[in-house]
Amino acid sequence: MEVIVEVEQLKKSFGKHTAVKGVSFNIAAGEVFGLLGPNGAGKTTIVRMLTTLLPPDSGRATVCGYDVRRQAARVRQCIGYVPQALSVDGALTGYENMMIFAKLLGLKGKERNKRINDLLQFMQLEDAASRQVCTYSGGMVRRLEIAQAVLHYPRVLFLDEPTVGLDPVARKGVWEILAELRQIYRMAILLTTHYMEEADTVCNRIGILNHGEMVVKGTPAELKAMTGNPGASMDDVFTYFTGNYLDAGGDFRGIRQVRHISRRLG
Amino acid sequence: MESDRFATSAVALVKPAIKTAGIKILIIDILTIVEMELRKLRHEPTVLFTRAVQPVLWLLIFGQAFSRVRAFDTGGVTYQTYMTPGILSQSVMFTAIFFGLSTIWERDMGILQKFLAMPIPRVALVLGKALAAGVRALCQVTIIFLLAAITGIPLHWHPALLLAAAGVVILGAVFFATLSMIIAAIVKTRERFMGIGQLITMPLFFASNALYPISIMPDWLRVVASVNPLSYMVDFLRGALVSGQLTSWQADVGILLVACILATAVGTYLYPRVVT
Ligand SMILES: Nc1ncnc2c1ncn2[C@@H]1O[C@H](COP(=O)(O)OP(=O)(O)O)[C@@H](O)[C@H]1O
Ligand SMILES: [Mg+2]
Repeated sequence: MEVIVEVEQLKKSFGKHTAVKGVSFNIAAGEVFGLLGPNGAGKTTIVRMLTTLLPPDSGRATVCGYDVRRQAARVRQCIGYVPQALSVDGALTGYENMMIFAKLLGLKGKERNKRINDLLQFMQLEDAASRQVCTYSGGMVRRLEIAQAVLHYPRVLFLDEPTVGLDPVARKGVWEILAELRQIYRMAILLTTHYMEEADTVCNRIGILNHGEMVVKGTPAELKAMTGNPGASMDDVFTYFTGNYLDAGGDFRGIRQVRHISRRLG
Repeated sequence: MESDRFATSAVALVKPAIKTAGIKILIIDILTIVEMELRKLRHEPTVLFTRAVQPVLWLLIFGQAFSRVRAFDTGGVTYQTYMTPGILSQSVMFTAIFFGLSTIWERDMGILQKFLAMPIPRVALVLGKALAAGVRALCQVTIIFLLAAITGIPLHWHPALLLAAAGVVILGAVFFATLSMIIAAIVKTRERFMGIGQLITMPLFFASNALYPISIMPDWLRVVASVNPLSYMVDFLRGALVSGQLTSWQADVGILLVACILATAVGTYLYPRVVT
C-alpha cells in the first residue's frame, strides 16, 4: 500500500481556541478518505494545513513524501484542491477558467488543449464551455472546479465539502466523478463532509471528527460493526461515537459559511 | 454518466505534470495572471468609462473655476492645464488603492485559497495582480487624457513622452495596488479595508503636488509631499504632458521604482496571510 498523505499529531489553535487537537491519519493511493464531522469540527482547518495554506502549530504532515511546512512548494506541485467556498471566477467563461489554470500549472501547447477538452467533456461541460460561469448551475460549477483541480493529474485531490448546497442529482454526479478519478488514476482523495450518507457512499475509510479531535477511524462497515448494531446507519454511527448529536451543531461561523455557500450556489 | 468515459480516452495514460521553476516560468506566470484580470475586464468594459467620468468633472468644474484665481505660478499655463497631470495621477491612485478589495473578495470566495495552493511563486501572484491594475489604470487614464484634450486643454502629444508617461502611470498603479494588497493582507476584512482606504486617499492626494506646487506648502507638509510617491508620478506627468520638458525624470522614475520594489517585497511576504 502506497501511502500518499501522512498526518501525525497535527495541532492548530486560533488564539485561545484549539481547532485541531492532535489529529493523525494516513491516506493511500486510490483511496477516498472522508473527514466526517459537524460544522466547526475542524475539517477545513485540517485541509488548509495539508494544502500549505495554514502552518500547523505542531505535529507533522507529509503529502507525496514532502513536508507541508518545509517543502510547501513541492507539495503544491502534486495536489489538487477544491475549497469549501465557491472558487471559480464568474466573470470568465468555463473555458477561460480552465485555460488560465492549465497555464499556471505549466501545461503547454497541444497537451494543454487536449487535457482541457478531455476534462470538459468528462465533466459534461463542453456545451457550456464558452458561457460565463456566472450562468452555471451549482452542480456545473462544482464539476468545473474539480476539472480545474485535476488538470495536472495530481497524486492527491483535496475536496472541502464538495457537495454542500447541491441538489441530490448534482450530488450523485460529483460522487460518480470521484469514483472514476480514484479508479482510473489511483488518485488519493481526501474529502470532508457533514453528510453521513455521503461518507457512507463515497469513502473507503472515514475519520469522525468532533471538536477538533479524531474520535474514531475505519471503513464504514467497521464503524457500523463497532456500534454493535450491524444494521446501523451512519447517523447512528455518528451519534454512537460522539454521544452528542444535537449538541454537535457547529458554531455561528461555520453555519454562516455553509449558508453563504448554499445561497451562492442556489 | 457512463463509467468508462475516461478510461477510453488517451489522457488516462498521461503522467502527472510537474511544473519546472525559473525566471522564464515566473514571467509566464505573471503574464498569465495579467491575462486573467484583463479577460475579466473585457467582460465588463463599462467600468473604465464610469471611473473616468469623475476626474473629468474635476477638471472641468474645479479646474475652470480655479483658473481665474492665479494664486501661484503655474509655469505659464492655465491652472486647468497645470492640474491635469495631478488629476490623471489622482485617478490612478484612487482606483489602485481600492484594488485590494478584490483580494478580500477572492479570499471570501475561495479563489485566492485555490491560487495559493497552486505551484505559483507568490511574487508572481502579487506582481501579476499589480501589473493588471497598471494596465487598467492606463486604459482609464487614456480615456481621461483624450476627454481632456477634446475639451481643449493644451497637452503635449510627443510620442516618446506619451510612451514614457504610460510607463510611469503603470509604475504608479503598481505601487498603489501593491500597497492596497498589503493593507488587505493586514486588516483582512472588507469593512476595515474600506475604512483605511477612505482614510488615506484624501491625505495622499492633498499632501502631494497634484493641485499646487510643493514650494507653496508649509515645511511639514513639504516633508510629507516629498516622501509621497504620488508627487513623483505627478512631477513626471507634468513634465511629459504639460511643459514637454523632463527635468528630474531620473529622480521621479528612480523613486517610483524603489517604492514598487519595496512594496512588492512586503506584499509577497504578507499576501499569503490574507487566508490565515
Ligand atoms: N481563521 C480563523 N480564525 C479563528 N477561528 C477560526 C478560523 N478558522 C477556523 N476557526 C475556528 O476553528 C474551528 C474549526 O473550524 P473549521 O475547520 O472551519 O471547521 P469545519 O470545516 O469542520 O466546519 C471553528 O470553531 C472555527 O470557528
Ligand atoms: Mg469547513
